[in-house]
Amino acid sequence: MANEKILEGLKAYNAAVEKTLAKSPERTNLEVNRLYTPLDIEGFDYETNLGFPGSYPFTRGVQPTMYRGRFWTMRMYAGFATAAESNKRYRLLLERGGSGLSCAFDLPTQIGYDSDDPIAEGEVGKVGVAIDSLEDMEVLFDQIPLGKVSTSMTINAPAAILLAMYIAVAEKQGVPASQLNGTIQNDILKEYSSRGTYIFPPAPSMRLITNIFEYCSQNVPRWNSISISGYHIREAGATAAQEIAFTIADGIAYVEAALKAGMDIDDFAGSLSFFWNAHNNVLEEVAKFRASRRVWSKLMKERFGAKKPKSQMLRVHTQTAGSMLTAQQPDNNVVRVALQTAAAVMGGTQSLHTNSKDEALALPSEASVTVALRTQQIVAEESGLADVVDPLGGSYYVEALTDKIEAECWDYIKKIDDLGGAPVAIEKGYIQREIQESAYKWQMQVEKGERVIVGVNKYVDKKEVPPKDLLRVDASVGEGQKKRLAALRAKRDNAAVDAALDALEEGAKDEKVNLMPLILTAVKAYATEGEICKRLRKVFGEYKAISTL
Amino acid sequence: MAEKRIRVLVAKPGLDGHDRGAKVVARALRDAGFEVIYTGIRLTPEQIVETALQEDVNVVALSLLSGAHNTLFPEVTKLLKAKGLNDVLVVGGGVIPDADIPGLKEAGIADIYTPGTPTSKIIEFIKGNVK
Repeated sequence: MANEKILEGLKAYNAAVEKTLAKSPERTNLEVNRLYTPLDIEGFDYETNLGFPGSYPFTRGVQPTMYRGRFWTMRMYAGFATAAESNKRYRLLLERGGSGLSCAFDLPTQIGYDSDDPIAEGEVGKVGVAIDSLEDMEVLFDQIPLGKVSTSMTINAPAAILLAMYIAVAEKQGVPASQLNGTIQNDILKEYSSRGTYIFPPAPSMRLITNIFEYCSQNVPRWNSISISGYHIREAGATAAQEIAFTIADGIAYVEAALKAGMDIDDFAGSLSFFWNAHNNVLEEVAKFRASRRVWSKLMKERFGAKKPKSQMLRVHTQTAGSMLTAQQPDNNVVRVALQTAAAVMGGTQSLHTNSKDEALALPSEASVTVALRTQQIVAEESGLADVVDPLGGSYYVEALTDKIEAECWDYIKKIDDLGGAPVAIEKGYIQREIQESAYKWQMQVEKGERVIVGVNKYVDKKEVPPKDLLRVDASVGEGQKKRLAALRAKRDNAAVDAALDALEEGAKDEKVNLMPLILTAVKAYATEGEICKRLRKVFGEYKAISTL
Repeated sequence: MAEKRIRVLVAKPGLDGHDRGAKVVARALRDAGFEVIYTGIRLTPEQIVETALQEDVNVVALSLLSGAHNTLFPEVTKLLKAKGLNDVLVVGGGVIPDADIPGLKEAGIADIYTPGTPTSKIIEFIKGNVK
């Protein structure tokens, strides 16, 4: 049908709609058009906008066959209390068909404090597992074959230390670093803008990151040395377009830092990976995934001159949105997670973690985490969504939305470029303020009832039945970790620990030194994470957040 | 004579960096006419109480999602009392299991807000209970 004919039809349709509206008005506050037609994707060109899966601009997916060959990696984010407890949970998840591990660390571990540091009081083992030394890491991965399982570790400021521990454990299992498969998050910029688990100021943090890129490209080639994360940016309140825009802007900063350090783009770009959130608005999310791949591939090819296809593709791990789960009527969260899973799968994710229904109340219990994993398996095996590559490609709505999100993303990237790049934009509070604004707008829409959340502002139950069997982490975990640390400090070769820490401190003072080998030596001598970070803090100092409120 | 504006300190004790809720609440309180001071993240209970004293606030609103609330919230109320700040109203919010709420109230936290609470509820409570 030619455009004139569609336009004619559209006029007739609109006239009919007017009559319908006069009788029964529509819901207000809808942010999208009523209907999408070919006119909404004028100028759409299959070759430039879509292409084929597995090739530039990768809109339709990064692999040619996507899930027809192999499903995404099903990773359940887990970690709580002690290494021994978490090890049990990991083995249970693998036994139930999980295909990768995803480690959650407690806050002291994420911020570089040992469990016996006074600042860790009350936090040990709470939001993740407490890891103080290689000894804990050995227990965490006991009987888990690191040569076969792929592991994602959600660790940022002290990523180099946890990666070193992982390499050391693998070595003890007889698995060489060259065979290791997995990801460390290692994305410090979003810590300053959204999540808050930073330690050092931006410059030394960026150095640690490029040290890891370089070390991995030479020694751990199958490892994803960074997972540039929009997840937390979205959780902090960003919109879909802001999520990918601010994350891709961070990605540009990492690429520039690595290039400045003298690396070749095609030597490290293939180990960069991304981390997206999956919210409830299914089609908007699918469009977001597709738009992000298009933006990144264009940037890599046109701006940075990357030649290898792997350098141009945006590979992504996804987690369903924790902030979208409600404490009210928690059973409904199973449905939300299923929709978010569908969005991630139709968006073409490479790996997925589904949240558990009780996460707005506590850490997931064994039963609830199993339902979350089964949700992925049902979508994979029963829904048909994984049978076709990019099933929504060509949908007028999804293509128009993909274009719209892409355009918003480029606008933000330009603004951030003009400010001097993501680190400067964060330093000026620009990104934080944009996110805060969206978070506040969202909250006000919910409070005014303009945005419905079932069980919270509509269909509210007069009497809530409190859920049973919530997981509780006992306060004794902290005490246990303190004892383990005392025993470790008594039995290890403390002269070797001191020598390794001295060498690290010296190395930190010279910007040209790659710190990874020095950290690896310290870790193998059973220096604790807190001890290593203390030495680095001495040289690097600590970051203090700016006020943006 | 104009009534003195209510001064609120919004604070995040402990190591938790999730400050979306704290910032949204701070902004809503400001829009409701309160004077709001936001501490930023990673404060010790001592630092929070010191700021409350310096800023002469009427209310301390604590936010924590990491699960350390049973340790850190009561520590704040204890230190406030030790400094003689008996008139300061303390409220708390975050991912806090129902089972923990009675204990926290006993420790002097006047009200607890879990996910899904409208900011209007917090505003009303503060207006009705500030000393």
